Amino acid sequence: MKQVVIASRLSDGLVVFLKQAGQAGAVEWALRLESAEVAENDARAAELLALAEADAVSTQIVVDPYLIDVEEQDGQLRPTKYREVIRCLGPTIRLDLGKQAEGSEA
Amino acid sequence: MALLEQRGETAAVIDDRFVRVDDEGALPESGGVLVSLSRFLAEKDALLSRDGDVGVVLQPDESPTEIESDLARLSLVALDFPVFSDGRAFSSARLLRERMGYEGEIRAVGDVLCEQLTFMLRSGFDTFDMSSPKALEEFASVLKEVRFVYQPTGDGRATAIERRLDPERAK
Amino acid sequence: MYRYDEYDHALVQDRVAQFRRQVERRMSGELTEEQFRPLRLMNGLYLQLHAYMLRVAIPYGTLDSRQMRKLAYIARRYDKGYGHFTTRQNLQYNWPKLEETPDILGELAEVEMHAIQTSGNCIRNTTSDQFAGAAKDEIEDPRIWCEIIRQWSTLHPEFSYLPRKFKIAVTGSENDRAAVKVHDIGLIMKRGEGGEVGFEVLVGGGLGRTPFLGKSIRDFLPEEHLLSYLEAILRTYNLIGRRDNKYKARIKVTVHETGAEEFTRLVEEEWASIKDSALKLPKEEIDRIAAHFVPPDFRALDSDAPATVDREGSDPAFASWVRHNVVEHKAPGYAIANISLKPIGLPPGDATDEQMDLVADLADEFSFGEIRVTHAQNLVLPHVERDRLPELYDRLAAAGLATANVGLLSDIICCPGLDYCALANARSIPIATQITERFAEQQRLDEIGNMQIKISGCINACGHHHVGHIGILGVDRKGEEHYQIQLGGSASEDASLGKILGRGFSADQVVDIVDKLVSIYLDLREGDEEFIDTYRRVGQQPFKEGVYGAA
Repeated sequence: MKQVVIASRLSDGLVVFLKQAGQAGAVEWALRLESAEVAENDARAAELLALAEADAVSTQIVVDPYLIDVEEQDGQLRPTKYREVIRCLGPTIRLDLGKQAEGSEA
Repeated sequence: MALLEQRGETAAVIDDRFVRVDDEGALPESGGVLVSLSRFLAEKDALLSRDGDVGVVLQPDESPTEIESDLARLSLVALDFPVFSDGRAFSSARLLRERMGYEGEIRAVGDVLCEQLTFMLRSGFDTFDMSSPKALEEFASVLKEVRFVYQPTGDGRATAIERRLDPERAK
Repeated sequence: MYRYDEYDHALVQDRVAQFRRQVERRMSGELTEEQFRPLRLMNGLYLQLHAYMLRVAIPYGTLDSRQMRKLAYIARRYDKGYGHFTTRQNLQYNWPKLEETPDILGELAEVEMHAIQTSGNCIRNTTSDQFAGAAKDEIEDPRIWCEIIRQWSTLHPEFSYLPRKFKIAVTGSENDRAAVKVHDIGLIMKRGEGGEVGFEVLVGGGLGRTPFLGKSIRDFLPEEHLLSYLEAILRTYNLIGRRDNKYKARIKVTVHETGAEEFTRLVEEEWASIKDSALKLPKEEIDRIAAHFVPPDFRALDSDAPATVDREGSDPAFASWVRHNVVEHKAPGYAIANISLKPIGLPPGDATDEQMDLVADLADEFSFGEIRVTHAQNLVLPHVERDRLPELYDRLAAAGLATANVGLLSDIICCPGLDYCALANARSIPIATQITERFAEQQRLDEIGNMQIKISGCINACGHHHVGHIGILGVDRKGEEHYQIQLGGSASEDASLGKILGRGFSADQVVDIVDKLVSIYLDLREGDEEFIDTYRRVGQQPFKEGVYGAA
C-alpha cells in the first residue's frame, strides 16, 4: 500500500505533506497531496515518518505527523480513508473553503 | 532538579534540607529525611525519634487525613504530581493548610509546570522541585502575570470581591 | 448586562499577555507541543482537521452589539468570514492562525470577551436560559448567578486540573431552556418558604459515551451559600473523580459509581466545613452584580400591536414567523424575537460576518443593544417592541435570518462533525442540510409541529443526540459513515434519554427514515400531541415496525 506522511503546520494549523526527504534528513513540507513523497512500501514509509518526527522536533514547523494510505485513482493520488480525504480537500459542505477551493493558498 | 521558593516579587533556589529515602533505603544518621506515607506509617516512632526532621511525600491518592494527627511533628509534606494534569494535590494542599492548619513546608514534587506555580502558591504550596533549567527565570515571570484573583484561598490575598467592598484593602 | 470593572479587565488582559508569551515560547521551540497543548486548550484553541479552531466564550449566552461587531470583525480579519454558534452558547472560529491568536484574544479583551477555559479539564462556560431577563415564567434572572459562578470559576487555583471538563448550567424558570438535567452541575432556581431565592442542585448529568440525567442532591440551597456548595462539589470530584480512564472521568461516572447518596454525604460533609467561610457571598456583592441585570427602560406600551396584527393577517410568511420565532415577553407590548440560524440547505448555527454585523445593528435599533445565543444554536433579540416586529422581520428576511422554524423539525441541533472536527467519526452537517431540504415546505413543518432533531458526528455528543426527539449519531462502520437513530430524548424539565431504534443506516438512507418516522407520528397522533408526546404514549414499537417491518 502506498503511503504518505501528513501533518499540521504549527503556525496556522494547515494540513501539510512530507514532500522531500533530502540529504542529511532535511525535510520539506508541501500544502498539496500531489507534491507529497510517496512511500511504496512499509520500510520506506517508516523511514519517512521517522524523518518527519525528527523534523517536527528540530525545526518546529509541523506537529502530529502520521502515515496515511493512498491510492491512485484516475491518475491522481487519493487517501483511502474518507477522514483523510476530507483533510486533503476541506469541509464537504463549504466547497469554497480549504484546499479544494480554487486559488486557495491552502 | 532545583528547589525553588518565592521571595517577594521574585524567586530563589534554596538548599534542600531533606534527603529523599525510598522504602528500602537506609536512613542517614542525622538530617532531614523525606519518606513515603507507607514507610512513615510503618516506622513512625523510629522516624520521629531520630536526629533530624521528618517529611512525608503523599501520592495523589493518599489523603492528608492519614497524617493529620502527626502534622505538628512533620516539617515537610511533599505532594507528588506523577503527571502535571493530576490536580488532586491542589485540594490536598488546601486541606493541609486551611483545614488542618499545617504550618510546615508544603512542597510540589514530580511533573511541575511553571504555568501551575501561581495556582500552587495560592493553594498553599511553599516550595517547588523543578527540573527545567529555566525554572527560576520562569518562576519570576509567572509571578507578574496575575495581578488580581477572584477566589479566596488560605493565602489571604485580597480577592476582587474584597477589593470591591473595601478598595483600601491591598495585600 | 455585566460590565467589567478594573479587576475583570486586568484579569483578561493579564491572560492575553500570558498567552502571547506562551505562543512565542512555542513558536521558538522553547515549549514542546506536549507542554503547550494544555496551555493552548485552557485558552480554547484546538487543532482540528483543517486548521486551528478557537472557541470564544459568550458567558451565559449574552452579548451586546459592540461585542457582536467585534466577533464579526474577527471573522473578517482573522478567519474566513463566518463563525459557528455552539450548543454551549459559545462561538467557534474554524480557521485562526496560532501566531495571530494572541492578537485575536487582544481584540476580544477590548470588548470584555475572552476564550478562557472554553476547553481543557477545568470549569467551562456556565450556560443559561436564552430568555433570561425577558421570560414571563422566570423567578429571577439566572444570569446574576451565572456571572457570580463565572468569576468564581475563572482561573480557580484548585480546580484547573480536574479529572475532566466540567459544565454548569442554571435555569431561572421551571421551564428549563438550559438543559440543566444533562450538565455536570445543574442549578434550578426556586423560592424557599419565606420567598427567598435558592437553588435545587443537580449533579452528574451528562451526555457522551455514557449519558445520565443529573441527580438532585440538595432540594434547596440558599443563595448566599452557592459558591461554598459548588466548591464542596468540585473539591469532592477533584479528589475522587477517576483519572485512570478518560471515558470514566466525568462527574456523572463518579456519582454513578459512588452512589448518589454517598456522593451527597461527601459533599455535605465537606460543605459543613466551608459554608461560613470567605466563600459566603456578601449581600453587597450579590446586589452589585444584580444591578447589572436590571431590565432596560421598557416603554409603557399597550399589549396590542396593530401593525403586527395587520401584517399577520395579510402575510402568511410573516404570520408563520411570528407564530414560531416570537415568544411572549414579561413586559406588556414587548416580545422576544428568535433569529433562526437554520436556513434550508445551509450548515446549522453558522453566521457570516455580515449577518453578525446586521444582528448587532438590529440589536441597537430594536433590542436595547442586547443579543442572546441559544444552546440550540440560534440567536435572540430579547426585548423587541411587538408593534415593530414587521420592520424587524423584513430586515432579517433580507439577510436570510428569518426562517420560520424555531422549535420545528428543521431547527436542528448539529455538531460540526467530520467536516471540521478531529474527534468525529462521521459527518453531521450534510445529514442536517438534507433533512432541512426534504422538509423545506412551511406547511409541512407547521403540520408536524414541535420536533427536535439532534445530530452528533461522534460519541462525544456535542450535538446532544441523546436528548433529541429524534437523535442521530454518526459512527464509522468499516470505513463507511453509518448512522444510528434514537427516539424519545428530551432536554427539558421532563428530560429523558433517547432509546436506540435498531440497526443503523447509511448516509443516503437517513432522510427517508426521518420521513418515515414523521409519517408514523402523523398517523398515530391524537389531538394536539407533539412528536414526543405521541412517542411517549405509544412507545417505540410502532416506529420500529414502521421502519424495519414487523418482527
